[in-house]
Amino acid sequence: MTVAVDKTKCIGCGACVMECSLEAIDLVDGLATPDPNKCKDLGSCVKVCPTNALSLTIPQDSKGELSSEIGSKFNLKEPLPESVSDYAQGNEKKTIRSQVTPIAGGEVWSGVWVIIEYNNGRVAPVSWELLGEGRKLADSLGSELCGVITGYQVDNVIPEAFAYGAEKLYVIDHEVLKDYRTEPYAEAITSLVRKYQPEIILMGATSMGRDVFPAVATKMQTGLTADCTVLGIDPETKLLQQTRPAFGGNIMATILCRTRRPQMATVRPRVMEMPERAVGREGELIREEFTLTESDIRTKVLEFIPADAKSTFLDKAEIIVSVGLGIAAKRNLVLAEELAEVLGATLAGTRGAVEAGWLSHDQQVGQSGVTVRPKVYIAIGISGAIQHLVGMETSDFIIAINNDPEAPILKVANYGIVGDLFQIVPAMTAEFKKRLQHGVAN
Amino acid sequence: MHFVVCLKQVPDTSEVRIDPHTNTLMREGVPSIINPYDAHGLEEAIRLKDKVGGKVTIVSMGPPQAKEALKKAMSFGADRAILLSDRAFGGSDSLATAYIISTALKKIHETEPVDLVFAGKEAIDGDTAQTGPGIAQRLGFPQLTYAIRIRELTDTSVTVERKTESGRQIVQAQLPALITVEKELNDIRYATLPHMMKAAAYEPEIWTVNALSFDLTQMGLKGSPTSVSRIFAPPGRSGGEIIDGLNDPAGTAASVVQKLFQQNVIMVNPLMKGGKR
Repeated sequence: MTVAVDKTKCIGCGACVMECSLEAIDLVDGLATPDPNKCKDLGSCVKVCPTNALSLTIPQDSKGELSSEIGSKFNLKEPLPESVSDYAQGNEKKTIRSQVTPIAGGEVWSGVWVIIEYNNGRVAPVSWELLGEGRKLADSLGSELCGVITGYQVDNVIPEAFAYGAEKLYVIDHEVLKDYRTEPYAEAITSLVRKYQPEIILMGATSMGRDVFPAVATKMQTGLTADCTVLGIDPETKLLQQTRPAFGGNIMATILCRTRRPQMATVRPRVMEMPERAVGREGELIREEFTLTESDIRTKVLEFIPADAKSTFLDKAEIIVSVGLGIAAKRNLVLAEELAEVLGATLAGTRGAVEAGWLSHDQQVGQSGVTVRPKVYIAIGISGAIQHLVGMETSDFIIAINNDPEAPILKVANYGIVGDLFQIVPAMTAEFKKRLQHGVAN
Repeated sequence: MHFVVCLKQVPDTSEVRIDPHTNTLMREGVPSIINPYDAHGLEEAIRLKDKVGGKVTIVSMGPPQAKEALKKAMSFGADRAILLSDRAFGGSDSLATAYIISTALKKIHETEPVDLVFAGKEAIDGDTAQTGPGIAQRLGFPQLTYAIRIRELTDTSVTVERKTESGRQIVQAQLPALITVEKELNDIRYATLPHMMKAAAYEPEIWTVNALSFDLTQMGLKGSPTSVSRIFAPPGRSGGEIIDGLNDPAGTAASVVQKLFQQNVIMVNPLMKGGKR
């Protein structure tokens, strides 16, 4: 008898491999593979599999009846295997909140924190989105919602953070934090975390959040989940449920950090709702000293070259106007350029458009180019080959203009306009221009 | 100079698809490749070696089959390849993985001091972007993430251009340092025949848990603070609206634009270019 593996469900996480006391299962080509010569049907691997990919085939006994449950098999024949009882006990400890023992010392570990990203005089909007989401989490936990601002000359950010819902603000305002650098920022955030022991800390999954949070998590020796799109609190265990896409967006995984604190996550921008801004709302302000000096830091920012819409990196662009071979000739690129100009958008294209020499390779969206996730993606004369779709289908809002009603791009588009792009695109450009210049939305 | 490249063998996620009938991951027949971002890190290390001299060591962690990825990587001109492979490493999350790899790098650093470590900005199967910074932190090296260009390398410092949402940040760090790289950093060249022949005969070193003084409590599932509790298929993209724009192009364009404003897809922003009033 051997454990059976459902290869369509196995994600190759290795939980079963770790669990098996007989070393009877291993990962082969990323799939759990039992060794029939060693497997004794203990069933411990079946229990730990997060995707229910493993099962024990229930044997027929001599009387020709099905033996009942696997669990009863242990009780009948032999005591519970050690690995299983250890795991069961461990799990019990893990899931009862009062018994959670955070490793970094201290008893508190409460409160939901949002690290507010302030850089080059601008707050990343995802910080406010997270105060909105953090409010919900804090309410589920019955705890407080705090903001953290680290930087230099940050006073103008403080009333904004209260307005977006922070009850309490921890502020470190120091000259070494003028430009973003990993070392001082990680040190500043970690010093606050050590002192005040929050249960959950969140930050935007921006280039800054995804740079500093791994450093903080390593210093705290705790878990971190990157680029979450859904957060929640488990009603029973009160653990933070951190859900994120994995395998290039092909699956969603919910991650838990059971035994260490804080629970840390970066969250994808523009996924959470922007909370209401209540001007004049006040809260508690706590300022902390910072002892790091310039000579302690081994990195120097020499220069910052700000990007405008034209030079924005494609994968960071908010609005993309993208063209395919449907525009027929390079001279027609002007239609897309004019639309992009009006919207402050970044110009991109398909592989076909790049190979035709209309655009450069760094403007190519798709499998062999850049994967983009803008707020708005406007596809002009793009049919939507699968290689292109995988590079843009997670955009927030897709508008496609194509004369072929069967074009695959229309199936992923929020608005699929079937028509002549040479007439529709200039008309859209004119209409956008009119409304944006006059500030008229309706 | 001694360059170390962290490299991971990954399933080619662009080939992974969800079975529409069972809503499960179809992994069979998915080829294994070198994580594309890591390949650009390797390319940069080899270019720098060609320029300033030195040695390129590749370090990877994975199942024994990952040897193939290392042999392939050797064909681009690396000098040494080490695969960290042991059942005890299985099930490690990014914190534990960074522990294992950094422990190996410390060992390498003892005998052949490391100047610059390269890693991809993230691995395409996990997209966490956490292992590189975790390694830097544990080694006590400055980290420079999302590098798109190396401007200067001296005996004591490296200057890179980093990619951020709002522009390019030019940062200089003291050596030794760790850099995680974007695809824009370079174009990968073809392997040369002599390197390919050398790689074909090359056997990567395998380091198991016994090779180093590892702390077993910091690795594998038990050393990993995060765990997967549930896996499910992503919500499908809901079908959009098909709009007939053949009969009245101008009218259709105007009504679509109006709807975009009404739904706040496009917002009136006075700061936006052309938004003078």
